[in-house]
Amino acid sequence: MSKAIIKIESLTIGYDDVTVLKDISFQVRQGEIFIILGGSGCGKSTLLNHIIGLHSPQSGHIFIHSKDLTTADTAQRREILESFGVAFQGGALFGSMTLLDNVMLPLTEHTALPHSAVEWIARQKLALVGLAGFESKMPAQLSGGMQKRAALARAMALDPDILFLDEPSAGLDPVTAAHLDELILQLSQTLGITFVIVTHELQSIFSLAGRAIMLDKETQGIIAEGNPNDMKNDRSNPAVWRFFNRTAATETV
Amino acid sequence: MDATHDNPTVPACRVTDDNAEHTCFVLSGDLTGRTIGPLWKQCAHSLKHSRAKKITLDTVKIGVCDGAGIGLISYLLHTAQKRGKTTNITGLRSELKELLNRFEKTPTQLEPTTVSLNAVETIGKQVLEFLQDIYEQIAFGAAVLITALKLAFKPQAFRWKDFFKIAEYAGVRAVGIVSLLGLLFGLIMAFSSAMPLKQFGVEIYVADLVALALVRVLGPFVTAVIVAGRTGSAFAAEIGTMKVNHEIDALEVMNLDPIAFLVVPRVWATTLMTPLLSIAANLLGLVGAALVILSLGYPLVTYNAHVQTILSIPDVLVGLFKALVYGGLIGIVGCLRGLQTKIGAGAVGISTTRAVVTSIILLVIAEGIFSVLLYFLEI
Repeated sequence: MSKAIIKIESLTIGYDDVTVLKDISFQVRQGEIFIILGGSGCGKSTLLNHIIGLHSPQSGHIFIHSKDLTTADTAQRREILESFGVAFQGGALFGSMTLLDNVMLPLTEHTALPHSAVEWIARQKLALVGLAGFESKMPAQLSGGMQKRAALARAMALDPDILFLDEPSAGLDPVTAAHLDELILQLSQTLGITFVIVTHELQSIFSLAGRAIMLDKETQGIIAEGNPNDMKNDRSNPAVWRFFNRTAATETV
Repeated sequence: MDATHDNPTVPACRVTDDNAEHTCFVLSGDLTGRTIGPLWKQCAHSLKHSRAKKITLDTVKIGVCDGAGIGLISYLLHTAQKRGKTTNITGLRSELKELLNRFEKTPTQLEPTTVSLNAVETIGKQVLEFLQDIYEQIAFGAAVLITALKLAFKPQAFRWKDFFKIAEYAGVRAVGIVSLLGLLFGLIMAFSSAMPLKQFGVEIYVADLVALALVRVLGPFVTAVIVAGRTGSAFAAEIGTMKVNHEIDALEVMNLDPIAFLVVPRVWATTLMTPLLSIAANLLGLVGAALVILSLGYPLVTYNAHVQTILSIPDVLVGLFKALVYGGLIGIVGCLRGLQTKIGAGAVGISTTRAVVTSIILLVIAEGIFSVLLYFLEI
């Protein structure tokens, strides 16, 4: 078994005095596709925002490459932040820049590559996500799915070994979503990138078929962990069963 | 890729077998985005000066290779092919080959070139845009007036709650700043006009001068500039953000007229609040002037007598009427610029700027028209 690249230890998170998730622990192993699932409002995105260091947890520790993000000083923090890329749910592309400039930004700021190289690599990243020919478009001129793919290209600009994706295939048509899943699988296999994906798209969950944890709103913790295909057939937990089999909650449960 | 690679080796490129027929680039070391900057320049330079017909890339000695490394390989292949050379690649690991194929499958297309305009065309375009903008302002102003008239006949459809909320923000909360600026304006005007008048020993006429200028022209004007900067910009930003978030579209498909729903309450609020605010500016301006007169050694009674003599009710009414018109202009322009917002976060900033700039220009133009009109009407 490969070593743990992200370690979450007894983490309690929330906003102000509201606790969203209580005392959760899990590990993400090097090179795997790790999926965080759960229904709307269970704290998936909140958890992601804490792991990528946007918010401080109420208690607990987050280790990325065995460095503790919760206690890191400014220099360590920068080092940790540079080791991963994030594609946000809405894309979060800079609206005043073209797609190419968006992808070139991290490359020009963090590497010593000549301009022609930066542009070449940025074009390739865009081509990789199927956006060749859209380099000079502004983000606002693109569809939601294209913005998501462009955000993925920007997150990959520096070839980080961890990529965090927030709802990558939400709002995409099935064909585009399948392409994106295939791309994720291929990147994971060829480059050994570790993916941490927040999603509730069943199709993607099964085709990516990594390891998953499922969060629950009521218990404020992890209610299932393992391979999604096994989770689907597990009838022991009604909440997990309902999620995977698209069954509405009933009063008796 | 060996992920537990702890001793990164420096990337390098050795050119071997360099002759007219064949050049071989031997790439070695870890090719990652953070390290291959100098190597990229070196390779590109070597390739540029190579006359060989055939280029071979030996990739056997490559260690860790990320997307940037693949980028370098594909860049070299692509550039060589563009120069009419045949290319050959040896020793590429299978996983890297797969990645390279992925890049090669999607060749970077050429961008459609944007059409550039010459000087005459640019001027023509700008003039047309300017005329179009004026047309839009007039048309929008007319639409607002018509909607306001329609709403006057069915007051139950008017958004009273919004109106009072906006009026409070645009009016009540601006009293402090308007009063302060009015006071300072009164002080400054009185003080600077006292200087020359003192030479003739008639500095008491500062009272007449300041009172007339303040009540007829400057009080309303200064108030309007503050309202434009404070409230007009806020209208443009708020409506602009709604436009960006498709909230205006939502109103339209709900069959709610954005002009009746958003614009008319705002325009009424600024139209009615600006005259009230200018009363505050006038009063405090007169207080400011009084302070200067007192410091020059005249009793307050004398100042009061001068102000009462020079000012008549029409003067005050003219000032208030101007403020009323200014307020309407500011409200209309702020809302129009908000509704004209294009897409993206930057567009809201542009709308806000345009709202303030257009408002101030229109205020000056209106002030000019008023001056001429009042002169001929002898009010």
